[in-house]
Amino acid sequence: MATIKIRAKESGGVTTVKTLMSHPMETGLRKDSKTGKMIPAHYITEVTAEHKGNVVMTANWAGGISKNPYLSFKFKGAAPGDQIKISWVDNKGESDSASAEIK
Amino acid sequence: MKKVLSILGLALCIALPQAAMATPAQDLKEFRDYFAERFPNTPFDDYINGVYSIDPASREQWEQIEEFAPYELNVSNGQAMFEKAFANGKHYADCFENGGIGIRQNYPYFDTQRGEVVTLELAINECREANGEKPLKWKRGPIADISAYMAYTSRGNVFDIKIPDDPRALAAYERGKKHFYQKRGQLNMSCADCHKFYSGNLIRADKLSPALGHVTHFPVYRSKWGGLGTLHRRYDGCNKQVRAKPFPAQGEEYRDLEYFHTYMSNGLAVNGPGARK
Repeated sequence: MATIKIRAKESGGVTTVKTLMSHPMETGLRKDSKTGKMIPAHYITEVTAEHKGNVVMTANWAGGISKNPYLSFKFKGAAPGDQIKISWVDNKGESDSASAEIK
Repeated sequence: MKKVLSILGLALCIALPQAAMATPAQDLKEFRDYFAERFPNTPFDDYINGVYSIDPASREQWEQIEEFAPYELNVSNGQAMFEKAFANGKHYADCFENGGIGIRQNYPYFDTQRGEVVTLELAINECREANGEKPLKWKRGPIADISAYMAYTSRGNVFDIKIPDDPRALAAYERGKKHFYQKRGQLNMSCADCHKFYSGNLIRADKLSPALGHVTHFPVYRSKWGGLGTLHRRYDGCNKQVRAKPFPAQGEEYRDLEYFHTYMSNGLAVNGPGARK
């Protein structure tokens, strides 16, 4: 399905996680120029970041977030070599997740 | 005798430049000298970064974006498309030298057999048609992704566009050069007006990028487009911006322009695909 790219780096006890998610993020307010009908809303509603089974970040999104969203956040308590898992769920019930190693 | 000869020699030297056209090599030198004078603090190799080589404020923002660049998805997509076989079992790699890897800097070139300029996008679609596939649209979408992947594999390679000793090649170059310097549109502006003579100046809220190193980062992810586009897509937009009717993408005019435009960036490295405002 869609891809999640993750880059995570630890420095001075703080891990910075950057992720690029591939998703159309349709607001539901756009009209299809060919059919004249509104393109139905299709956007990520929740993004969760997990580290060692603990949820370290939750993001609640809606149509205002851009297509192929880029997200960056920081958290404490991880060490290089650990895995960080990013998952998302969208308004159609689709989901995806990916993990990456913290460098 | 010697005096007569030297006077004659001097007279010829004065007369000749007026009669002859500048050679492409002379044009290139003049082009580089112009920008070296206009932006004395910019190192030559940095011109590949366009407006970010002359504007520190936006450079900082751009460098942050580059840490996780928006075109990465396009490159992955392009790679998948490039590696996928055609219906007849052949691949893009069969159409290009070195399997299509690390060859961006060789385009565009003047094909002396066909008597025209061949750009990378043209070569991609010709490869498709030669293998029974439908050609792709020129300005955005799959062709931009494939071109992005091919540019990405060529990063760091230096452009060295040649003009073969063929009057048709020189004519194509001259047509491209003429297009670049010719005023057009309702606003009556040429490419050179914005990107050479007024480069570094502000146009509303944007800084005009120098034409030196202009093409090295294409195809480009423009925040304005929210996606990737080819060089000819930008030519189309630029013509529209001065309220001139754009030429067809990959038509003779834009290919000749790309030929001149890329020649002017000889000596600079490929850094495509790029991210711009």
